[in-house]
Amino acid sequence: MIYKDIKFLTKNSSINFEELKNEPAFQIFDPLICEWIVYVSKLLLESKDVKKYPDLATFAFYCRKSNISKLKEEYYIKNRYIIGRGLLFHITPSNVPLNFAYSLLVGLLSGNSNIVRVPSKEFDQIELLCKYINQSLDKSKFKDLRNRIIILRYDRKNKINALLSKICDIRIIWGGDQTINELRKYDLSPKSFDLTFSDRYSVALIGARKYLEHNNKKKISSWFYNDTYLFDQNACTSPNIIFWYGEKDEIQKARKLFWNELENILNEKKYLSQPMISMNKLVNFYSQALFNNNIKLTRKSKNRIWIVENSKLPKDIEKFKCSGGYFNETFVNDLSEISKIVNRKYQTLGYFGIDKKLISSFIKNSDLSGIDRVVPLGRTMDFSLTWDGYNLIETLSRSIVHL
Amino acid sequence: MIALDTISDFKIYSKGAKEKKEFFKKKIIKLFSYHIENSEEFNKMMSAIGYDSIKQNNIEELPFIPVRLFKQFELISTSKKNIIKTITSSGTTNQEPSKIFLDRKTASFQSKILSKIVTSFIGSTRLPMIIIDCESTVKERTKFSARTAGINGFSFFGGKKFFALNDDMSLNLRGLNEFIHENKKSDFLIFGFTYIVHEYFYKELSKRNQTINLSRGILIHGGGWKKMLNISVDNKSFRKNLNTVCKINKVHDYYGMVEQTGTIYMECEKEYLHVSEYSEIIIRNPDDFSISPFNQIGIVQLLSLAPLSYPGHSIITEDLGYIAGIDDCACGRKGKFFKITGRIKNAEIRGCSDTL
Repeated sequence: MIYKDIKFLTKNSSINFEELKNEPAFQIFDPLICEWIVYVSKLLLESKDVKKYPDLATFAFYCRKSNISKLKEEYYIKNRYIIGRGLLFHITPSNVPLNFAYSLLVGLLSGNSNIVRVPSKEFDQIELLCKYINQSLDKSKFKDLRNRIIILRYDRKNKINALLSKICDIRIIWGGDQTINELRKYDLSPKSFDLTFSDRYSVALIGARKYLEHNNKKKISSWFYNDTYLFDQNACTSPNIIFWYGEKDEIQKARKLFWNELENILNEKKYLSQPMISMNKLVNFYSQALFNNNIKLTRKSKNRIWIVENSKLPKDIEKFKCSGGYFNETFVNDLSEISKIVNRKYQTLGYFGIDKKLISSFIKNSDLSGIDRVVPLGRTMDFSLTWDGYNLIETLSRSIVHL
Repeated sequence: MIALDTISDFKIYSKGAKEKKEFFKKKIIKLFSYHIENSEEFNKMMSAIGYDSIKQNNIEELPFIPVRLFKQFELISTSKKNIIKTITSSGTTNQEPSKIFLDRKTASFQSKILSKIVTSFIGSTRLPMIIIDCESTVKERTKFSARTAGINGFSFFGGKKFFALNDDMSLNLRGLNEFIHENKKSDFLIFGFTYIVHEYFYKELSKRNQTINLSRGILIHGGGWKKMLNISVDNKSFRKNLNTVCKINKVHDYYGMVEQTGTIYMECEKEYLHVSEYSEIIIRNPDDFSISPFNQIGIVQLLSLAPLSYPGHSIITEDLGYIAGIDDCACGRKGKFFKITGRIKNAEIRGCSDTL
């Protein structure tokens, strides 16, 4: 079958998509699939390429045997026969090169066949990973997987979106609200559903006292750097608001040190703010000023770190999100103040220096309207099989009721 | 107390650095106070950035607002009922156009400034004027844009007018030649947007292998070089092309923005853009918005005494340029002189949401 203007990154160019419609699923954490994943992981870890691309290394490391076993222990349910829903159609975002890899991984571990659309923009990491995927699928041992791993690239408006939407069991859409709205123009079949990863908003919470007591403040700021500047503060998990918790004078001391340390790290890494990003920050700041009387610009750090102090956070603060190093800062002496502004958009809360019991009580007793994960600072970008509030293995699989 | 819209009698481009600073500084600071008092939005912004009017800062220390705000918000320093004209920018990018609100006083003041600037280049006699555009640009209410504002603004300096393009943008060569012949004893003023002049005048004459005689013409053109850069035509080529098809030698580019009409920057005989006493240019380093030295390219900030009915008196643009010098341009004019080199590039950022 010839489909117009589609580039296949795996060796499936002669495939007929319609025929995949009734392809049977396999069990979650299927042994052959797990074996294949570990095999690809080994290929990657042993290659020279992995050293050049830290994200490739991270993915390879995530797919190593001990982790796959660990994940199986966490997500596999003994004595239950759980299989995939069938065929997944993945649309992955245009500026995170390896998002497609994690999406594919999840699709396979949950027992499904996968058609994965990668970004139109070409990334080395994508080409490399596909090279190893193809290499592994060439082995006769893995020949049964060839029709279950289909990676392709095409221009966003291609009519193939309509066909793939119609034949899939689940359409997984990464990339934010606009992409989701665009794809929703194409109908799904009645039994199928969308699994969407919409625009999210994330925050950080730091306990001033524990921060001041910590003997390696540079480390804390470097965790924060990984959570933010590594992705130009544009990942859905990147904090946009910093909540400082504690006594007033402790907070004043702590925040000064924290941002100073971050500046040092940016200097070390020679991080430069792009001119347009500096301009975006200025626009965002003044726009924010028009809606909130209580803001003050307290730090600019050569346009790399803009800190905007809010004496009171307005309810729709997430409208004033700006990437590249723009942070709203506020002080709380009770965590319930955070829940006042949390809404559906809020995804990650990265914390440091807060008592575990306090966090637990915050999660359980604050009537939270949002927030899907509360994780330590530095770990916000760690991938998890529970993402954006979905247990992905569960969502993408099914069990047959047998009475 | 001197009113904000006073036009003094001095010869334009005559004040040296010290005199200019004296003249300009207190007026611009007064304008800051005026807009803080009359625009709630501007007041909020100045409060947020911590502007202290009592400090009497140097011009370089005064805050500046990004031009994009005029596309996103309606910024006014008077009551809506006083507004007699709303200008929109030509919107060359995908963004919403800027909306600029003029009251009678501001429109008049901006006209007077423009007049002082332009007549210093073309003299005060109203010359027969060729407008390289079509009449519908100014006639149809729905078509009001920066092109309309430009034509209307410059039409003031011409006498008899002739629109060189038909409404479908085709060149009315016959009419043009007739007009030139009728006024052959005179100099001509010619006005048009840069891209329009290139695309519908130069290219058309070139295509037809025709030349006309505008050796007595002074061309004033503006509207930006972005489109021209896209087709790889620079200032030198533009002038050469025109000279080939119509023998014209006096060509003056002008730089300006719809957010600060009146205070335009005309290109002198030595091909530099000049700052009049009614405005000021500051070049800022994008890394930290600090002041760039002369001859270093940075982001263009413009201060202008012209915006009265809206807080457009201190704006940072998304243009890049450099200041070539002050008071010592070979053309003889005093004040800063500069060149525009391009625009800030769009940012390339990582992250999980799609770039469109």
